[in-house]
Amino acid sequence: MKKTISLSLLAVGFLAALAFSQSQDRIVISIIGGEKKKIALPDFRGAGGATPLVDTFNQTVFDDIQRSGLFDMASKSFYPLNPPQQESDLRPTPAPPPARRGEPPAAPNCGGRCLSDWSGAPVSAGYLGFGYAAEQGGQLVVFGHLYNVAVPDIAGAKLFRKLYNAPLTADGARKLGHDYAADILAQFGAPSLAGSKIYFISTRSGSKEIWSMDFDGSNQQQITSFRSITTFPAISPDGRRLAFTTYAKGQPRIMVYSTETKRFIPFLNPEAPMNATPSFTPDGQHILFSSSISGFAQIYIADLDGRNLRRLSNSRAIEVEAKVNPKTGTDMVFVSGRGGLQQIYRMNMDGADPMRLTTGEGEASNPAWHPDGKAIAFAWTRGFAPGNWNIFLMDVASRETVQLTHGQGRNENPGWGPDGRHLVFSSNRAGGSQIFTMLADGTEVKQLTTQGQNEKPVWTK
Amino acid sequence: MKQRHIAGTMLALSFFLFAAGCKKKQPVQPPPPPPEVKAAPKVEKGPAAAVSSFTAEPSTIVRGESSTLRWSVTNSTEVTIDNGIGVVAGSGSRQVFPSATTTYRMTAKGDGGDAIATVTVTVNTPPPPPPPAPKQTASLSDRLSKEVQDVFFDYDKSEVREDGRATLQRNADALKAILNDFPSAVISLEGHCDERGSAEYNIGLGDRRAAGVKEFLTQMGVPADRLKTVSYGKEKPFCTDSNEACWQKNRRAHFVGVQ
Repeated sequence: MKKTISLSLLAVGFLAALAFSQSQDRIVISIIGGEKKKIALPDFRGAGGATPLVDTFNQTVFDDIQRSGLFDMASKSFYPLNPPQQESDLRPTPAPPPARRGEPPAAPNCGGRCLSDWSGAPVSAGYLGFGYAAEQGGQLVVFGHLYNVAVPDIAGAKLFRKLYNAPLTADGARKLGHDYAADILAQFGAPSLAGSKIYFISTRSGSKEIWSMDFDGSNQQQITSFRSITTFPAISPDGRRLAFTTYAKGQPRIMVYSTETKRFIPFLNPEAPMNATPSFTPDGQHILFSSSISGFAQIYIADLDGRNLRRLSNSRAIEVEAKVNPKTGTDMVFVSGRGGLQQIYRMNMDGADPMRLTTGEGEASNPAWHPDGKAIAFAWTRGFAPGNWNIFLMDVASRETVQLTHGQGRNENPGWGPDGRHLVFSSNRAGGSQIFTMLADGTEVKQLTTQGQNEKPVWTK
Repeated sequence: MKQRHIAGTMLALSFFLFAAGCKKKQPVQPPPPPPEVKAAPKVEKGPAAAVSSFTAEPSTIVRGESSTLRWSVTNSTEVTIDNGIGVVAGSGSRQVFPSATTTYRMTAKGDGGDAIATVTVTVNTPPPPPPPAPKQTASLSDRLSKEVQDVFFDYDKSEVREDGRATLQRNADALKAILNDFPSAVISLEGHCDERGSAEYNIGLGDRRAAGVKEFLTQMGVPADRLKTVSYGKEKPFCTDSNEACWQKNRRAHFVGVQ
């Protein structure tokens, strides 16, 4: 009898574990997609003035395609020696030579000029990108192609052929690499990250200031120069406004900045010792923030200029980091100490239906809505000592979670890329705090910053 | 021949002149002796006035200081000193405050004759004033660091602990005295946290710590309008090691003076 119970408990435990791992897969698959396609990307060659730039172009394309997480990259060592550079290089697949007795039929081989060279073993790719770079009229010109090599007919296999132009510089080569990669990803419905920006806090100038960089870590630029403490940046949905918290006037205050005019936009801060952790509503028309008007940090909403202030949360606890659901616009997640150590809660915009989302274990912070409004990324110390944060995903409806980082330093402030497939976050795994990106399944981790301490990244299109 | 004659004449002339000069050089007469007052033999008119002393002590002063004139006169019927002092007794003293070097002239009248004496008080310009006392800011922060102690908290707590209450009671008395001595000063109560909670939550936690301390001090009679709070969360740690000793140092309320 006892045995039966323990056995059935074991079975329940096993089933639960199975369901748990399935739910983990389900969340990740729903975010980054299922089976990966295999792509071959033979290096483009450059002619004339394009020659010294083509390596930069090739590396950019490879990185973007690999980081998308949509593809398996076919191993370059298997590539045929003579890949096509233009359409006219392609030859129809010849009929297989007659098989000799006792041997398997030999695969046709045109040294790379036939699509079957790429679809067959050992490359075994589903897609082939090829082309070349040249100099024309002082400009860098690239011809890029993408073929579905599973289709035997050359004309039918062609997905696109496109001409790209940019200045004859390394920046131009990177831009064309991002553009070509974006066109490849667009064929599979994946929005490109090209042109997207990351705002973050850096100490490299001597004080915490806001900086910006391109999504791949290039082009790092200082935005603010308060020589104070400036932190908690938030970006409006259209990418045109930054809100943040600064000590430039003594006590922590909200400020708003236009990324278009490079000017500060007046924001009326309420009289309170603390106004901090701003975020924009999905319509871009309001700012949520935390203010200690009542004596406790509580969630408030105001117009973009700080007027029409309204209190949204009502507790005698510390509540910060409110983020409105980007799909519904009617509910929000936030961080609260109302039940003890800081945890993530949700509630309606009017404060109704509050509910704790995290289990109560450890401490939880930094919720960030996935663009679909169904999942959040956040930081949690569950399973670790206080202060040892890891990045998790949660399906908000089921409250199932997936852990994406596993104790390599402190990992905090996850923010979604505009493609909804990548996350930016900070980690001290490499020493001081630095900014990293990763695919939302925890793979394809790439470090973007090295100078000073860097934290609080937010990613915008 | 003619030349020798001229030379002989010149010689004779100079000889004559020399002889004449010698002749004028008589012994110089000594000046006449001063009139002997006592010897003035007008007994029936009474004795003449005599000044036995007239001094200024000190005789050299810095502007703004005083000097004392002292005098003693005999046989006078009336003694006057100029420079606005007027008639004085035959002997006495008077404090004077000359703003520039002044010579006092004393006239003593007597039946048998007058006597005059003078004394000079030299007045020097005072040296430039010493530099003003150092501003009180340093002194305010000195006094805060000497007399007021930080208050420490438990992890994720903003309630003042038992040890913190004792500290705050002492702080309240010190702060009242300090605010009294620095009537324009305001005390900034800083709330700080250790590195473990999230930076966002810690801004709220530091705010609560500072607010709790302010409430306690206000109840102890420290004027609320002289206290302001600012939360630094974990943005301004005192200590950057990752161990409990360091974390405890960072979980504090700290007192800073603002003039």
